[in-house]
Amino acid sequence: MNRYTKNKIVFWLFVAPALIAFIVVVIIPFFMGIYYSMTDWSAIAGEETTFIGLANYKEMFSDVAFRYSFLRTFLFTLFSVISVNIVSLMLALLVTRESKFRNIFRAGFFVPNLIGGLVLGYIWQFIFKSIVPSMGTVFNIPALENLLILAEPNLTLLGVIMAFTWQYAGYIMMIYVAALMNVPQDLVEASQIDGANFWNRLRNIIVPMIAPAFTVTTFLTLVNSFKQFDIIIALTSGGPATLYGDQVVNSTELLAVHIYNVAFTYNRMAEGQARAIIFFLVLSIVSLAQVYYNKKKEVEM
Amino acid sequence: MATENSTAVKDFKDYKQATPTKKKVVKVVLFIITFIMFLLTMFPFFIVIINSAKSSLEIITEPILMPENWGNLIKNVVEIWNKPSLRYPSSVLTSVIITVISLLTISLFSSMAAWVLVRTKTKTSTFIFMLFIIGLIIPFQVVMFPLVALFRNIYLATGIKMLRTYYGMIFAYIGFGTPLSVFLFHGFIKSVPMALEEAATIDGCSKPRVFFNMIVPVLKPIFVTVLILNGIWIWNDFLLPSLILGVGQEIQTIPLAIRAFAGSFVKKWDLIMTTVLMAAIPVIIGFLFGQKHIIKGMVAGTIK
Repeated sequence: MNRYTKNKIVFWLFVAPALIAFIVVVIIPFFMGIYYSMTDWSAIAGEETTFIGLANYKEMFSDVAFRYSFLRTFLFTLFSVISVNIVSLMLALLVTRESKFRNIFRAGFFVPNLIGGLVLGYIWQFIFKSIVPSMGTVFNIPALENLLILAEPNLTLLGVIMAFTWQYAGYIMMIYVAALMNVPQDLVEASQIDGANFWNRLRNIIVPMIAPAFTVTTFLTLVNSFKQFDIIIALTSGGPATLYGDQVVNSTELLAVHIYNVAFTYNRMAEGQARAIIFFLVLSIVSLAQVYYNKKKEVEM
Repeated sequence: MATENSTAVKDFKDYKQATPTKKKVVKVVLFIITFIMFLLTMFPFFIVIINSAKSSLEIITEPILMPENWGNLIKNVVEIWNKPSLRYPSSVLTSVIITVISLLTISLFSSMAAWVLVRTKTKTSTFIFMLFIIGLIIPFQVVMFPLVALFRNIYLATGIKMLRTYYGMIFAYIGFGTPLSVFLFHGFIKSVPMALEEAATIDGCSKPRVFFNMIVPVLKPIFVTVLILNGIWIWNDFLLPSLILGVGQEIQTIPLAIRAFAGSFVKKWDLIMTTVLMAAIPVIIGFLFGQKHIIKGMVAGTIK
């Protein structure tokens, strides 16, 4: 055997295990999914699957529940990105100051990130249902006592944003911390001597210097809030129900949950798959646009 | 010119004079803010701990007070541990088995693939790498239904049971875990100089031996990153195992057990809180031991 063929064999032997698993688990199902989205697939063994073109896609856009879910997902994503980034940047600025407890603080803020979304959802369900009203009783605040966060559509969405921020801010904080450590100290000191106050310094020195980190953190929070599933399943199960137009819809049934419900709860597999394809397309376009926009900003700064 | 200069001097004096006391006040205020944020972050954990030590009556009447009897905590833990509907001990074992084997296979297979992909400069090699990159942007939701169908079809065609088995679950994790891992290893190996490998090859060392004896030790830092990123994901993952293993089936991981237990329970919050506590403790202990590596590894994994 010559060296060329030998190298070729080694190449395929080394690539094969990862590649085969990846192709079977991701690539083949991806193409199957595109096909299924254009059929009346029911996933029931023995049942014929017929090609029906774009009917599932047409049906989806006339479905009020889907349009509503889209709207709520955008709303959730927008506020989560803002909330996570503000909180985490603030934490990062606080924990990069000289302090004996700096490392303890950093670790503490990071810990919620280790808790899975499902477990976290149950913790926050308990807080919203039991702890908040009970605090109202103990401190004698009637408004808090009667506050049923998980019964009002917008408050519930806010609750999910809070839970997500609690989980994710510490992680994003660490990325900001890494970026802040690279801001040259003499630049900061020079601005202090020139009499720049904190806000000036933040706007004119720190934010431009950590612009590349913004691209990463915005991308991560955007993608992860858009795909949110675990927290919602445990915290709200998509509820509470509300009226949209004249139709009953679930106020926190965001897209990932909606896709799951259409397919499994209502047993409309092919329709669920078509929605998943749209979900993928929208997520790709939005996240690519965000990265493109941020990269352009980075250069301008 | 002169006036500008004098204001600058004055500013500098202000800065110098203002520093000692003003700086101290600022420092204390910021410390207090940080501390309050820290307490807020810890609050949910505090709630879980105090409520794990309550009776089912106590948790309804006074959820934010300290428990009457901390001994209840042990009682609740024992109850959870022995509950046949939860199967806690076997769920921990299942989670450990699936996480450990998935981590070992993902990191081994991905590093092997990444190494030959970096060192082989052919069109096939570039194409395969691009395929992995595409895998990074495909969200799980697009492939989950067809994946279950495919696994079922594999069983019908070959008799290999991919659903509700350990190896089916681990195989799925390898498939989903490799794109990011290959990408991370690829980026790292690119910066490893080739000179040593070439010398060893000329000396007659076989390629696999070069990889396992010379490359693997060099890759240690990136192995840590890959293990931590995948480890936290797999340990906490819910949706994928709920599809492959099923909720309430024979093989269940901790998140599946919690779902089966907390999802069906009618507000038995004292026991749910104890379960949550028992699920979180192994991860938090692990974090306290490897804190430095974990934070560094997770941040390194995203920035690249």
